[in-house]
Amino acid sequence: MAPESIYAHVNLRRNYRRRKILNTVMLSLTGVTVALAVLPLVWITVYVLLKGGRYLNLALFIHLPAPMGTPGGGVLHAIEGSLVMVLLASLLAIPVALLAAFYLLARPNTAVAQAVRFSTDMLAGIPSIVVGLFGYAVIVVTQKHYSAFAGGVVLAIIMLPVVLRSAEEMLKLVPPEMREGALALGAPEWRAALRVVLPAAMEGIVTGVMLGIARAVGETAPLLFTALGNDHYEIGQIVRQGLHYHQSMGQILGQIFGQPADALPLTLWKYAQQPYQERVQLAWAVAFVLMLFALGLNIAARAWLAYRRRKLYG
Amino acid sequence: MTQQPVALNRTDKPAAVASATKMVIRGVSVYYKTFRAIKNVDLPVYENRITAFIGPSGCGKSTLLRTLNRMNDLIPGARVEGKVLLDGEDIYAAGQDVVDIRRRVGMVFQRPNPFPMSVYDNVAFGLRLLGIRQKSILDEVVERSLRAAALWEHVCDNLNQSGMALSGGQQQRLCIARAIAVEPEVILMDEPTSALDPIATLTIEDLLQTLKENFTIVIVTHNMQQAARISDYTAFLSMDDDRAGYLVEFGPTVELFTNPKEKLTEDYITGRFG
Ligand SMILES: Nc1ncnc2c1ncn2[C@@H]1O[C@H](COP(=O)(O)OP(=O)(O)O)[C@@H](O)[C@H]1O
Ligand SMILES: [Mg+2]
Repeated sequence: MAPESIYAHVNLRRNYRRRKILNTVMLSLTGVTVALAVLPLVWITVYVLLKGGRYLNLALFIHLPAPMGTPGGGVLHAIEGSLVMVLLASLLAIPVALLAAFYLLARPNTAVAQAVRFSTDMLAGIPSIVVGLFGYAVIVVTQKHYSAFAGGVVLAIIMLPVVLRSAEEMLKLVPPEMREGALALGAPEWRAALRVVLPAAMEGIVTGVMLGIARAVGETAPLLFTALGNDHYEIGQIVRQGLHYHQSMGQILGQIFGQPADALPLTLWKYAQQPYQERVQLAWAVAFVLMLFALGLNIAARAWLAYRRRKLYG
Repeated sequence: MTQQPVALNRTDKPAAVASATKMVIRGVSVYYKTFRAIKNVDLPVYENRITAFIGPSGCGKSTLLRTLNRMNDLIPGARVEGKVLLDGEDIYAAGQDVVDIRRRVGMVFQRPNPFPMSVYDNVAFGLRLLGIRQKSILDEVVERSLRAAALWEHVCDNLNQSGMALSGGQQQRLCIARAIAVEPEVILMDEPTSALDPIATLTIEDLLQTLKENFTIVIVTHNMQQAARISDYTAFLSMDDDRAGYLVEFGPTVELFTNPKEKLTEDYITGRFG
Protein backbone atom coordinates (compact mmCIF):
# COMPACT_ATOMS: atom_id res chain seq x y z
CA MET A 1 0.00 0.00 0.00
CA ALA A 2 1.37 3.39 -0.94
CA PRO A 3 1.86 5.68 2.05
CA GLU A 4 -0.68 8.39 2.50
CA SER A 5 0.24 11.70 0.90
CA ILE A 6 0.91 14.63 3.22
CA TYR A 7 -1.55 16.60 1.14
CA ALA A 8 -4.35 14.73 2.89
CA HIS A 9 -3.46 16.98 5.82
CA VAL A 10 -2.75 20.22 3.99
CA ASN A 11 -5.22 22.88 2.97
CA LEU A 12 -3.41 24.61 0.13
CA ARG A 13 -6.19 27.10 -0.50
CA ARG A 14 -6.25 28.22 3.10
CA ASN A 15 -2.45 28.42 3.15
CA TYR A 16 -2.56 30.56 0.03
CA ARG A 17 -5.14 32.95 1.45
CA ARG A 18 -3.18 33.31 4.69
CA ARG A 19 0.04 33.89 2.83
CA LYS A 20 -1.57 36.57 0.65
CA ILE A 21 -2.95 38.44 3.65
CA LEU A 22 0.27 38.19 5.62
CA ASN A 23 2.21 39.26 2.57
CA THR A 24 0.08 42.33 2.05
CA VAL A 25 0.35 43.32 5.71
CA MET A 26 4.10 42.87 5.88
CA LEU A 27 4.71 44.59 2.56
CA SER A 28 2.71 47.63 3.66
CA LEU A 29 4.56 47.63 6.96
CA THR A 30 7.95 47.60 5.26
CA GLY A 31 6.77 50.37 2.93
CA VAL A 32 5.78 52.53 5.88
CA THR A 33 9.01 51.86 7.75
CA VAL A 34 11.12 52.62 4.69
CA ALA A 35 9.32 55.94 4.37
CA LEU A 36 9.94 56.60 8.07
CA ALA A 37 13.63 55.82 7.63
CA VAL A 38 14.07 58.02 4.58
CA LEU A 39 11.96 60.93 5.75
CA PRO A 40 14.43 62.41 8.27
CA LEU A 41 17.25 62.24 5.76
CA VAL A 42 15.29 63.99 3.04
CA TRP A 43 13.93 66.51 5.50
CA ILE A 44 17.32 67.42 6.96
CA THR A 45 18.95 67.62 3.55
CA VAL A 46 16.28 69.85 2.04
CA TYR A 47 16.12 72.03 5.15
CA VAL A 48 19.88 72.61 5.26
CA LEU A 49 20.05 73.15 1.51
CA LEU A 50 17.33 75.79 1.72
CA LYS A 51 18.62 77.51 4.84
CA GLY A 52 22.34 77.27 4.10
CA GLY A 53 22.45 77.29 0.31
CA ARG A 54 21.12 80.83 0.40
CA TYR A 55 24.26 82.17 2.11
CA LEU A 56 26.63 80.23 -0.05
CA ASN A 57 29.17 82.35 -1.93
CA LEU A 58 32.80 82.33 -2.94
CA ALA A 59 33.83 84.42 0.05
CA LEU A 60 32.83 81.56 2.28
CA PHE A 61 35.65 79.46 0.92
CA ILE A 62 38.42 82.07 0.62
CA HIS A 63 38.01 84.52 3.51
CA LEU A 64 38.48 84.35 7.24
CA PRO A 65 35.51 85.37 9.39
CA ALA A 66 34.66 89.04 9.45
CA PRO A 67 34.74 90.72 12.89
CA MET A 68 31.65 90.05 14.98
CA GLY A 69 28.63 92.04 13.96
CA THR A 70 29.93 92.89 10.50
CA PRO A 71 28.56 91.19 7.43
CA GLY A 72 30.56 89.10 4.96
CA GLY A 73 33.60 87.00 5.66
CA GLY A 74 34.05 83.26 5.27
CA VAL A 75 35.06 80.11 7.04
CA LEU A 76 38.37 79.38 5.33
CA HIS A 77 39.93 78.81 8.76
CA ALA A 78 37.46 76.02 9.53
CA ILE A 79 37.76 74.38 6.12
CA GLU A 80 41.54 74.34 6.36
CA GLY A 81 41.50 73.24 9.99
CA SER A 82 39.15 70.39 9.22
CA LEU A 83 41.27 69.30 6.28
CA VAL A 84 44.49 69.38 8.29
CA MET A 85 43.10 67.50 11.26
CA VAL A 86 41.17 64.91 9.26
CA LEU A 87 44.22 64.36 7.07
CA LEU A 88 46.39 63.80 10.12
CA ALA A 89 43.75 61.53 11.67
CA SER A 90 43.51 59.50 8.46
CA LEU A 91 47.28 59.15 8.17
CA LEU A 92 47.46 57.95 11.75
CA ALA A 93 44.37 55.75 11.90
CA ILE A 94 43.98 54.10 8.48
CA PRO A 95 47.36 52.35 8.20
CA VAL A 96 47.16 51.19 11.81
CA ALA A 97 43.60 49.98 11.35
CA LEU A 98 44.37 48.09 8.14
CA LEU A 99 47.51 46.46 9.49
CA ALA A 100 45.69 45.43 12.65
CA ALA A 101 42.82 44.06 10.55
CA PHE A 102 45.30 41.93 8.59
CA TYR A 103 46.74 40.70 11.86
CA LEU A 104 43.27 39.72 13.07
CA LEU A 105 42.71 37.88 9.81
CA ALA A 106 45.98 35.98 9.90
CA ARG A 107 45.91 35.12 13.62
CA PRO A 108 42.23 35.26 14.48
CA ASN A 109 42.26 33.28 17.72
CA THR A 110 45.36 34.43 19.56
CA ALA A 111 45.07 36.22 22.86
CA VAL A 112 46.38 39.38 21.23
CA ALA A 113 43.66 39.22 18.58
CA GLN A 114 40.96 38.75 21.20
CA ALA A 115 42.36 41.66 23.16
CA VAL A 116 42.49 43.87 20.07
CA ARG A 117 38.93 43.02 19.15
CA PHE A 118 37.66 43.59 22.65
CA SER A 119 39.45 46.88 23.11
CA THR A 120 38.46 48.31 19.73
CA ASP A 121 34.85 47.48 20.52
CA MET A 122 35.27 49.24 23.86
CA LEU A 123 36.96 52.17 22.16
CA ALA A 124 34.09 52.47 19.70
CA GLY A 125 31.73 52.70 22.63
CA ILE A 126 33.55 55.50 24.48
CA PRO A 127 31.76 58.84 24.09
CA SER A 128 33.85 61.09 21.88
CA ILE A 129 33.94 63.84 24.49
CA VAL A 130 35.80 61.46 26.81
CA VAL A 131 38.33 60.81 24.05
CA GLY A 132 38.69 64.58 23.80
CA LEU A 133 39.33 64.83 27.52
CA PHE A 134 41.98 62.16 27.19
CA GLY A 135 43.65 64.16 24.40
CA TYR A 136 43.52 67.22 26.62
CA ALA A 137 45.16 65.46 29.54
CA VAL A 138 47.82 63.66 27.54
CA ILE A 139 48.71 66.11 24.77
CA VAL A 140 47.41 69.58 25.55
CA VAL A 141 48.45 69.61 29.21
CA THR A 142 51.92 68.21 28.55
CA GLN A 143 52.54 70.52 25.58
CA LYS A 144 50.93 73.39 27.48
CA HIS A 145 48.97 74.54 24.42
CA TYR A 146 46.01 73.57 22.23
CA SER A 147 46.87 72.41 18.73
CA ALA A 148 45.66 70.97 15.43
CA PHE A 149 47.95 68.06 16.27
CA ALA A 150 46.02 67.23 19.42
CA GLY A 151 42.77 67.52 17.46
CA GLY A 152 44.06 65.20 14.75
CA VAL A 153 45.17 62.62 17.30
CA VAL A 154 41.80 62.44 19.05
CA LEU A 155 40.03 62.23 15.70
CA ALA A 156 42.35 59.35 14.80
CA ILE A 157 41.38 57.57 18.01
CA ILE A 158 37.73 57.97 17.08
CA MET A 159 38.29 56.77 13.50
CA LEU A 160 40.40 53.77 14.43
CA PRO A 161 37.74 51.30 15.65
CA VAL A 162 35.34 52.20 12.85
CA VAL A 163 37.90 51.47 10.14
CA LEU A 164 39.45 48.49 11.90
CA ARG A 165 36.31 46.50 12.54
CA SER A 166 34.78 47.15 9.12
CA ALA A 167 38.08 46.28 7.42
CA GLU A 168 38.27 43.04 9.40
CA GLU A 169 34.74 42.08 8.40
CA MET A 170 35.48 42.84 4.75
CA LEU A 171 38.75 40.91 4.76
CA LYS A 172 36.98 37.93 6.30
CA LEU A 173 34.61 37.88 3.33
CA VAL A 174 37.48 37.27 0.90
CA PRO A 175 37.48 33.53 0.12
CA PRO A 176 40.44 31.90 1.89
CA GLU A 177 41.33 30.20 -1.41
CA MET A 178 42.51 33.57 -2.74
CA ARG A 179 45.06 34.08 0.00
CA GLU A 180 46.04 30.43 -0.13
CA GLY A 181 46.38 30.63 -3.91
CA ALA A 182 48.96 33.37 -3.52
CA LEU A 183 50.76 31.57 -0.69
CA ALA A 184 50.82 28.38 -2.78
CA LEU A 185 52.71 30.27 -5.46
CA GLY A 186 55.35 31.01 -2.88
CA ALA A 187 54.22 34.55 -2.10
CA PRO A 188 55.19 35.75 1.36
CA GLU A 189 52.30 36.47 3.68
CA TRP A 190 52.61 40.26 3.42
CA ARG A 191 52.58 40.15 -0.36
CA ALA A 192 49.52 37.91 -0.49
CA ALA A 193 47.81 40.33 1.87
CA LEU A 194 48.79 43.47 0.01
CA ARG A 195 48.48 42.34 -3.60
CA VAL A 196 45.65 39.80 -3.46
CA VAL A 197 43.51 40.00 -0.32
CA LEU A 198 43.44 43.78 0.00
CA PRO A 199 42.37 44.41 -3.62
CA ALA A 200 39.72 41.71 -3.30
CA ALA A 201 38.27 43.42 -0.23
CA MET A 202 38.85 46.95 -1.50
CA GLU A 203 35.22 47.95 -1.99
CA GLY A 204 34.19 47.17 1.54
CA ILE A 205 37.33 48.64 3.00
CA VAL A 206 36.86 51.90 1.15
CA THR A 207 33.32 52.07 2.47
CA GLY A 208 34.63 51.56 6.00
CA VAL A 209 37.29 54.22 5.53
CA MET A 210 34.64 56.63 4.27
CA LEU A 211 32.55 55.95 7.34
CA GLY A 212 35.59 56.64 9.52
CA ILE A 213 36.39 59.88 7.72
CA ALA A 214 32.78 60.98 7.87
CA ARG A 215 32.84 60.33 11.62
CA ALA A 216 36.01 62.40 12.03
CA VAL A 217 34.78 65.28 9.89
CA GLY A 218 31.59 65.55 11.90
CA GLU A 219 33.04 65.40 15.42
CA THR A 220 32.76 68.54 17.55
CA ALA A 221 33.04 67.66 21.20
CA PRO A 222 36.55 66.18 21.33
CA LEU A 223 37.94 69.21 19.48
CA LEU A 224 36.69 71.57 22.18
CA PHE A 225 39.56 70.61 24.49
CA THR A 226 42.17 69.85 21.90
CA ALA A 227 42.04 72.06 18.81
CA LEU A 228 40.09 74.68 20.75
CA GLY A 229 39.23 76.85 17.73
CA ASN A 230 41.10 79.63 15.97
CA ASP A 231 39.45 82.33 13.88
CA HIS A 232 42.77 83.24 12.28
CA TYR A 233 43.93 79.80 11.22
CA GLU A 234 45.11 80.18 7.64
CA ILE A 235 47.70 77.90 6.12
CA GLY A 236 48.56 80.33 3.32
CA GLN A 237 49.40 82.95 5.91
CA ILE A 238 51.48 80.54 7.97
CA VAL A 239 53.46 79.48 4.92
CA ARG A 240 54.02 83.05 3.72
CA GLN A 241 55.22 84.11 7.13
CA GLY A 242 57.46 81.07 7.40
CA LEU A 243 59.04 81.78 4.03
CA HIS A 244 59.49 85.41 4.99
CA TYR A 245 61.43 84.44 8.09
CA HIS A 246 63.33 81.71 6.19
CA GLN A 247 61.90 78.90 8.29
CA SER A 248 62.51 75.30 7.30
CA MET A 249 59.80 72.98 5.98
CA GLY A 250 59.70 71.24 9.35
CA GLN A 251 59.23 74.48 11.20
CA ILE A 252 56.38 75.50 8.89
CA LEU A 253 54.67 72.12 9.35
CA GLY A 254 55.21 72.54 13.09
CA GLN A 255 53.35 75.84 12.86
CA ILE A 256 50.51 74.28 10.88
CA PHE A 257 50.03 71.46 13.36
CA GLY A 258 51.18 73.31 16.47
CA GLN A 259 48.63 76.11 16.43
CA PRO A 260 45.13 75.84 17.76
CA ALA A 261 42.84 75.23 14.81
CA ASP A 262 39.20 75.37 13.91
CA ALA A 263 36.98 72.78 12.29
CA LEU A 264 33.71 73.04 10.41
CA PRO A 265 31.46 71.48 13.06
CA LEU A 266 33.22 73.45 15.81
CA THR A 267 32.62 76.71 13.93
CA LEU A 268 29.04 75.72 13.28
CA TRP A 269 28.49 75.11 16.97
CA LYS A 270 30.09 78.39 18.05
CA TYR A 271 28.50 80.61 15.41
CA ALA A 272 25.03 79.15 15.76
CA GLN A 273 24.82 80.46 19.34
CA GLN A 274 26.13 83.96 18.77
CA PRO A 275 23.70 86.87 18.91
CA TYR A 276 24.75 88.26 15.54
CA GLN A 277 22.56 87.44 12.58
CA GLU A 278 25.56 87.33 10.21
CA ARG A 279 27.21 84.65 12.33
CA VAL A 280 24.07 82.54 12.47
CA GLN A 281 23.79 82.76 8.69
CA LEU A 282 27.41 81.71 8.44
CA ALA A 283 26.59 78.72 10.66
CA TRP A 284 23.89 77.62 8.22
CA ALA A 285 26.31 78.01 5.36
CA VAL A 286 28.82 75.85 7.25
CA ALA A 287 26.17 73.18 7.73
CA PHE A 288 25.68 73.27 4.00
CA VAL A 289 29.41 72.96 3.33
CA LEU A 290 29.62 70.00 5.73
CA MET A 291 26.89 68.24 3.81
CA LEU A 292 28.54 69.05 0.50
CA PHE A 293 31.74 67.58 1.88
CA ALA A 294 30.04 64.32 2.89
CA LEU A 295 28.30 64.13 -0.47
CA GLY A 296 31.48 64.90 -2.42
CA LEU A 297 33.46 62.30 -0.50
CA ASN A 298 30.79 59.69 -1.17
CA ILE A 299 30.52 60.47 -4.86
CA ALA A 300 34.29 60.46 -5.29
CA ALA A 301 34.63 57.10 -3.57
CA ARG A 302 31.79 55.60 -5.58
CA ALA A 303 33.17 56.92 -8.84
CA TRP A 304 36.56 55.47 -8.06
CA LEU A 305 35.09 52.11 -7.10
CA ALA A 306 32.97 52.03 -10.26
CA TYR A 307 36.04 52.82 -12.37
CA ARG A 308 38.00 50.11 -10.60
CA ARG A 309 35.19 47.59 -11.03
CA ARG A 310 35.03 48.33 -14.76
CA LYS A 311 38.75 47.76 -15.05
CA LEU A 312 38.66 44.52 -13.06
CA TYR A 313 35.56 42.87 -14.44
CA GLY A 314 35.22 44.51 -17.85
CA MET B 1 33.92 6.79 -35.08
CA THR B 2 36.38 7.31 -32.25
CA GLN B 3 34.24 6.68 -29.25
CA GLN B 4 35.63 6.96 -25.78
CA PRO B 5 34.26 4.06 -23.76
CA VAL B 6 31.45 5.72 -21.88
CA ALA B 7 29.93 3.41 -19.32
CA LEU B 8 26.29 2.92 -20.14
CA ASN B 9 25.61 0.45 -17.38
CA ARG B 10 21.89 0.31 -17.83
CA THR B 11 21.25 -1.04 -21.30
CA ASP B 12 17.64 -1.73 -20.47
CA LYS B 13 16.89 1.96 -20.20
CA PRO B 14 13.19 2.54 -20.54
CA ALA B 15 13.88 5.64 -22.60
CA ALA B 16 12.03 4.23 -25.55
CA VAL B 17 9.01 3.51 -23.39
CA ALA B 18 6.59 6.39 -23.74
CA SER B 19 6.22 8.72 -20.81
CA ALA B 20 4.07 11.79 -20.25
CA THR B 21 5.63 15.19 -20.73
CA LYS B 22 5.89 16.80 -17.29
CA MET B 23 7.49 20.09 -18.26
CA VAL B 24 8.23 21.87 -21.50
CA ILE B 25 10.81 24.58 -22.06
CA ARG B 26 9.55 26.51 -25.04
CA GLY B 27 11.56 29.24 -26.77
CA VAL B 28 13.30 30.22 -23.54
CA SER B 29 15.95 32.93 -23.46
CA VAL B 30 17.46 34.19 -20.22
CA TYR B 31 19.12 37.56 -19.78
CA TYR B 32 21.28 38.85 -16.95
CA LYS B 33 20.75 42.57 -17.47
CA THR B 34 21.81 42.88 -21.12
CA PHE B 35 23.87 39.69 -21.32
CA ARG B 36 22.00 36.80 -22.92
CA ALA B 37 22.99 33.63 -21.06
CA ILE B 38 20.52 31.28 -22.77
CA LYS B 39 19.05 31.66 -26.19
CA ASN B 40 15.94 30.10 -27.55
CA VAL B 41 15.96 26.69 -25.93
CA ASP B 42 13.20 24.12 -26.60
CA LEU B 43 13.21 21.04 -24.45
CA PRO B 44 10.77 18.52 -22.96
CA VAL B 45 11.09 17.01 -19.49
CA TYR B 46 9.50 13.57 -19.25
CA GLU B 47 7.66 12.32 -16.22
CA ASN B 48 9.42 9.78 -13.97
CA ARG B 49 12.53 10.06 -16.05
CA ILE B 50 15.94 11.58 -15.32
CA THR B 51 16.90 14.35 -17.70
CA ALA B 52 20.52 15.50 -17.62
CA PHE B 53 21.90 18.85 -18.77
CA ILE B 54 25.51 18.59 -19.87
CA GLY B 55 27.86 21.04 -21.51
CA PRO B 56 31.00 23.06 -20.92
CA SER B 57 31.18 25.24 -17.85
CA GLY B 58 29.51 28.61 -18.24
CA CYS B 59 27.20 27.48 -21.04
CA GLY B 60 24.11 28.16 -18.93
CA LYS B 61 23.15 24.77 -17.47
CA SER B 62 22.43 26.21 -14.04
CA THR B 63 20.65 29.17 -15.56
CA LEU B 64 18.38 26.91 -17.61
CA LEU B 65 17.72 24.64 -14.64
CA ARG B 66 16.73 27.59 -12.49
CA THR B 67 14.13 28.71 -15.02
CA LEU B 68 12.22 25.52 -14.18
CA ASN B 69 11.21 26.73 -10.73
CA ARG B 70 11.67 30.45 -11.23
CA MET B 71 14.74 30.67 -9.01
CA ASN B 72 16.03 33.27 -11.46
CA ASP B 73 13.35 35.60 -10.10
CA LEU B 74 15.66 36.01 -7.11
CA ILE B 75 18.50 37.48 -9.16
CA PRO B 76 18.17 41.21 -9.74
CA GLY B 77 18.37 42.00 -13.43
CA ALA B 78 17.60 38.45 -14.56
CA ARG B 79 14.81 38.16 -17.11
CA VAL B 80 13.24 35.14 -18.77
CA GLU B 81 11.61 35.15 -22.19
CA GLY B 82 9.55 32.31 -23.54
CA LYS B 83 7.43 29.77 -21.75
CA VAL B 84 8.03 27.02 -19.24
CA LEU B 85 5.07 24.69 -19.00
CA LEU B 86 4.37 22.57 -15.95
CA ASP B 87 1.56 20.14 -16.69
CA GLY B 88 0.72 22.35 -19.66
CA GLU B 89 0.52 25.59 -17.69
CA ASP B 90 3.04 28.39 -18.15
CA ILE B 91 4.73 29.00 -14.80
CA TYR B 92 5.76 32.47 -15.95
CA ALA B 93 2.20 33.50 -16.79
CA ALA B 94 0.74 36.40 -14.86
CA GLY B 95 -1.03 35.34 -11.69
CA GLN B 96 1.07 32.24 -11.12
CA ASP B 97 1.96 31.66 -7.47
CA VAL B 98 5.72 31.32 -7.36
CA VAL B 99 5.66 29.80 -3.87
CA ASP B 100 3.39 27.03 -5.09
CA ILE B 101 5.55 26.45 -8.17
CA ARG B 102 8.61 25.99 -5.97
CA ARG B 103 6.68 23.57 -3.79
CA ARG B 104 5.85 21.51 -6.86
CA VAL B 105 9.33 21.84 -8.37
CA GLY B 106 11.89 21.31 -5.62
CA MET B 107 15.62 21.84 -5.77
CA VAL B 108 18.87 20.37 -4.48
CA PHE B 109 21.97 22.51 -4.74
CA GLN B 110 25.62 21.98 -5.59
CA ARG B 111 26.92 22.57 -2.10
CA PRO B 112 24.91 20.69 0.52
CA ASN B 113 23.04 23.40 2.40
CA PRO B 114 21.46 21.90 5.52
CA PHE B 115 19.81 24.52 7.71
CA PRO B 116 21.41 25.26 11.09
CA MET B 117 19.04 23.00 13.01
CA SER B 118 18.53 19.34 13.83
CA VAL B 119 18.18 16.63 11.20
CA TYR B 120 14.53 16.27 12.17
CA ASP B 121 13.80 19.98 11.89
CA ASN B 122 15.57 20.15 8.54
CA VAL B 123 13.22 17.58 7.06
CA ALA B 124 10.16 18.94 8.86
CA PHE B 125 10.89 22.48 7.68
CA GLY B 126 8.86 22.31 4.49
CA LEU B 127 6.08 20.36 6.18
CA ARG B 128 5.69 23.00 8.84
CA LEU B 129 5.59 25.64 6.11
CA LEU B 130 2.59 23.80 4.76
CA GLY B 131 0.90 24.11 8.12
CA ILE B 132 1.40 20.53 9.29
CA ARG B 133 1.82 20.63 13.09
CA GLN B 134 0.69 17.17 14.16
CA LYS B 135 3.62 15.34 15.72
CA SER B 136 2.51 11.92 14.49
CA ILE B 137 2.33 13.06 10.87
CA LEU B 138 5.63 14.93 11.08
CA ASP B 139 7.33 11.89 12.64
CA GLU B 140 6.00 9.61 9.97
CA VAL B 141 6.90 11.82 7.01
CA VAL B 142 10.35 12.66 8.40
CA GLU B 143 11.12 8.96 8.71
CA ARG B 144 9.65 8.15 5.31
CA SER B 145 11.68 10.92 3.65
CA LEU B 146 14.92 9.99 5.39
CA ARG B 147 14.41 6.37 4.36
CA ALA B 148 13.75 7.40 0.78
CA ALA B 149 16.97 9.41 0.85
CA ALA B 150 18.89 6.37 2.16
CA LEU B 151 19.83 8.27 5.29
CA TRP B 152 17.53 6.77 7.91
CA GLU B 153 19.94 4.05 9.07
CA HIS B 154 22.63 6.63 9.75
CA VAL B 155 20.59 9.15 11.70
CA CYS B 156 17.68 7.27 13.29
CA ASP B 157 19.56 6.95 16.60
CA ASN B 158 19.78 10.66 17.00
CA LEU B 159 17.44 12.82 14.96
CA ASN B 160 18.30 15.73 17.22
CA GLN B 161 21.88 16.03 16.06
CA SER B 162 22.64 19.07 13.97
CA GLY B 163 22.25 18.62 10.23
CA MET B 164 25.50 20.48 9.77
CA ALA B 165 27.38 17.85 11.79
CA LEU B 166 26.83 15.18 9.12
CA SER B 167 29.39 14.24 6.47
CA GLY B 168 29.15 15.91 3.06
CA GLY B 169 27.41 13.00 1.38
CA GLN B 170 24.99 12.62 4.28
CA GLN B 171 24.29 16.35 4.22
CA GLN B 172 23.39 16.12 0.56
CA ARG B 173 21.06 13.20 1.25
CA LEU B 174 19.53 15.24 4.07
CA CYS B 175 18.88 18.00 1.54
CA ILE B 176 17.27 15.45 -0.75
CA ALA B 177 15.12 14.18 2.12
CA ARG B 178 14.15 17.75 2.89
CA ALA B 179 13.20 18.32 -0.74
CA ILE B 180 11.13 15.16 -1.15
CA ALA B 181 9.33 15.55 2.19
CA VAL B 182 6.94 18.06 0.63
CA GLU B 183 6.26 15.63 -2.23
CA PRO B 184 7.30 17.78 -5.16
CA GLU B 185 6.47 16.60 -8.64
CA VAL B 186 9.84 17.55 -10.10
CA ILE B 187 13.23 17.72 -8.40
CA LEU B 188 15.96 19.90 -9.85
CA MET B 189 19.55 19.08 -8.97
CA ASP B 190 22.46 21.35 -9.82
CA GLU B 191 25.64 19.27 -9.83
CA PRO B 192 24.52 17.57 -6.62
CA THR B 193 27.61 15.37 -6.37
CA SER B 194 30.36 17.71 -7.46
CA ALA B 195 31.26 18.53 -3.86
CA LEU B 196 31.23 14.85 -2.84
CA ASP B 197 33.71 11.98 -2.86
CA PRO B 198 33.23 9.04 -5.31
CA ILE B 199 31.57 6.76 -2.76
CA ALA B 200 29.07 9.39 -1.67
CA THR B 201 28.53 10.17 -5.35
CA LEU B 202 27.65 6.56 -6.10
CA THR B 203 25.22 6.44 -3.19
CA ILE B 204 23.41 9.49 -4.54
CA GLU B 205 23.42 8.11 -8.09
CA ASP B 206 21.82 4.87 -6.86
CA LEU B 207 19.34 6.90 -4.88
CA LEU B 208 18.27 8.79 -7.99
CA GLN B 209 17.29 5.53 -9.68
CA THR B 210 14.80 4.75 -6.92
CA LEU B 211 13.61 8.34 -6.64
CA LYS B 212 12.57 8.53 -10.26
CA GLU B 213 9.81 6.03 -9.60
CA ASN B 214 8.01 8.77 -7.73
CA PHE B 215 9.54 11.96 -9.06
CA THR B 216 10.63 13.60 -12.27
CA ILE B 217 14.28 14.54 -12.02
CA VAL B 218 16.33 17.13 -13.88
CA ILE B 219 20.02 17.08 -13.10
CA VAL B 220 22.88 19.31 -14.16
CA THR B 221 26.22 17.61 -14.34
CA HIS B 222 29.52 18.55 -15.85
CA ASN B 223 30.47 14.91 -15.68
CA MET B 224 29.54 13.12 -18.92
CA GLN B 225 30.06 9.67 -17.46
CA GLN B 226 27.59 10.53 -14.76
CA ALA B 227 25.02 11.68 -17.28
CA ALA B 228 25.55 8.48 -19.26
CA ARG B 229 25.25 6.33 -16.13
CA ILE B 230 22.15 7.77 -14.60
CA SER B 231 20.01 9.69 -17.07
CA ASP B 232 17.31 8.62 -19.49
CA TYR B 233 17.46 11.79 -21.58
CA THR B 234 20.33 14.15 -22.13
CA ALA B 235 20.39 17.74 -23.31
CA PHE B 236 23.75 18.95 -24.55
CA LEU B 237 24.24 22.72 -24.35
CA SER B 238 27.06 24.75 -25.71
CA MET B 239 28.09 28.35 -26.07
CA ASP B 240 27.88 30.52 -29.14
CA ASP B 241 30.41 33.15 -30.14
CA ASP B 242 28.43 35.72 -28.16
CA ARG B 243 28.75 33.44 -25.05
CA ALA B 244 25.01 32.74 -25.15
CA GLY B 245 24.17 29.14 -24.30
CA TYR B 246 22.04 27.16 -26.72
CA LEU B 247 20.80 23.62 -27.08
CA VAL B 248 22.94 21.58 -29.43
CA GLU B 249 21.17 18.28 -29.13
CA PHE B 250 18.53 16.58 -27.05
CA GLY B 251 17.58 12.93 -27.07
CA PRO B 252 17.51 9.63 -25.23
CA THR B 253 20.82 9.30 -23.43
CA VAL B 254 21.77 6.05 -25.16
CA GLU B 255 21.28 7.57 -28.58
CA LEU B 256 23.00 10.81 -27.75
CA PHE B 257 26.06 9.01 -26.47
CA THR B 258 26.25 6.20 -29.03
CA ASN B 259 24.96 7.92 -32.10
CA PRO B 260 25.09 11.70 -31.76
CA LYS B 261 23.48 13.63 -34.59
CA GLU B 262 25.65 16.70 -34.20
CA LYS B 263 29.37 16.86 -34.82
CA LEU B 264 29.72 19.16 -31.79
CA THR B 265 28.08 16.58 -29.51
CA GLU B 266 30.40 13.90 -30.78
CA ASP B 267 33.44 16.10 -30.21
CA TYR B 268 32.29 16.88 -26.71
CA ILE B 269 31.53 13.33 -25.59
CA THR B 270 34.75 12.03 -27.05
CA GLY B 271 36.62 14.69 -25.15
CA ARG B 272 37.87 16.65 -28.11
CA PHE B 273 36.33 19.85 -26.84
CA GLY B 274 34.96 21.29 -23.62
N1 LIG C 1 23.75 36.08 -11.37
C1 LIG C 1 24.37 36.26 -12.55
N2 LIG C 1 24.57 37.50 -13.04
C2 LIG C 1 25.17 37.68 -14.23
N3 LIG C 1 25.64 36.70 -15.00
C3 LIG C 1 25.48 35.44 -14.58
C4 LIG C 1 24.83 35.15 -13.33
N4 LIG C 1 24.81 33.80 -13.17
C5 LIG C 1 25.41 33.28 -14.26
N5 LIG C 1 25.79 34.25 -15.11
C6 LIG C 1 26.45 34.06 -16.41
O1 LIG C 1 25.62 33.28 -17.23
C7 LIG C 1 26.39 32.32 -17.93
C8 LIG C 1 25.89 30.94 -17.62
O2 LIG C 1 26.15 30.64 -16.26
P1 LIG C 1 25.70 29.30 -15.55
O3 LIG C 1 24.25 29.08 -15.84
O4 LIG C 1 26.10 29.35 -14.14
O5 LIG C 1 26.57 28.23 -16.35
P2 LIG C 1 26.92 26.71 -16.00
O6 LIG C 1 26.04 26.30 -14.86
O7 LIG C 1 26.66 25.99 -17.27
O8 LIG C 1 28.37 26.67 -15.65
C9 LIG C 1 27.85 32.54 -17.55
O9 LIG C 1 28.46 33.31 -18.55
C10 LIG C 1 27.75 33.31 -16.27
O10 LIG C 1 28.84 34.19 -16.15
MG1 LIG D 1 26.50 25.68 -12.87
